[in-house]
Amino acid sequence: MDNLIEGIIVVAVLAGAAFTLVGSLGLAKLPDFYMRLHGPTKATTLGVGAILIASMLFFSPREAGLSLHELMVALFLFITAPVSAHILAKAAMHGDVKRNPKTRGEPWEQ
Amino acid sequence: MIDLSLRIAAVVVGLALLLNLYRLLRGPDLADRLLALDTMYINSIAMIILYGMYRETTLYFEAALLIALIGFVSTVAVAKFLLRGDIIE
Repeated sequence: MDNLIEGIIVVAVLAGAAFTLVGSLGLAKLPDFYMRLHGPTKATTLGVGAILIASMLFFSPREAGLSLHELMVALFLFITAPVSAHILAKAAMHGDVKRNPKTRGEPWEQ
Repeated sequence: MIDLSLRIAAVVVGLALLLNLYRLLRGPDLADRLLALDTMYINSIAMIILYGMYRETTLYFEAALLIALIGFVSTVAVAKFLLRGDIIE
């Protein structure tokens, strides 16, 4: 049983770190602000969520009772990430950020 | 085993933080820099949680929660400033 939980923790930590790296790589390499917005808001949030789940599994047998602090952090992050992405996209549209010709859609001209 | 995976994950998250720093310094626009800062605080939460697991102490959750709160509020404040030219109208 202990080995099973340890394996789950190892997999969750490594997967979370990999997703975080993928999101930041997207932020660094994609050509356009609207494309760059995708990496951090989806991949990085998922990676941090996986690391928080690993931390929950790690601390629950060591402390008295379930360890629910991380659930609070994860819930807060999962609620606030779409809100900040939305307001950032709105700010970029308002400021006429340069965009790649491949980025389609003109929502501000409706 | 957990110890080794925590070390590897810390290196990978540090690499992600360096990529964010590159975008923060390079970013052609103010919105790009703001997005890089937003990603940076989320990655620093991951780093703090990994360090807390490494030291086997629950002391760092409050720090992670505070960074999440302050990061969200500051991102929204700067984006509001970009959007309207003013934060509280």
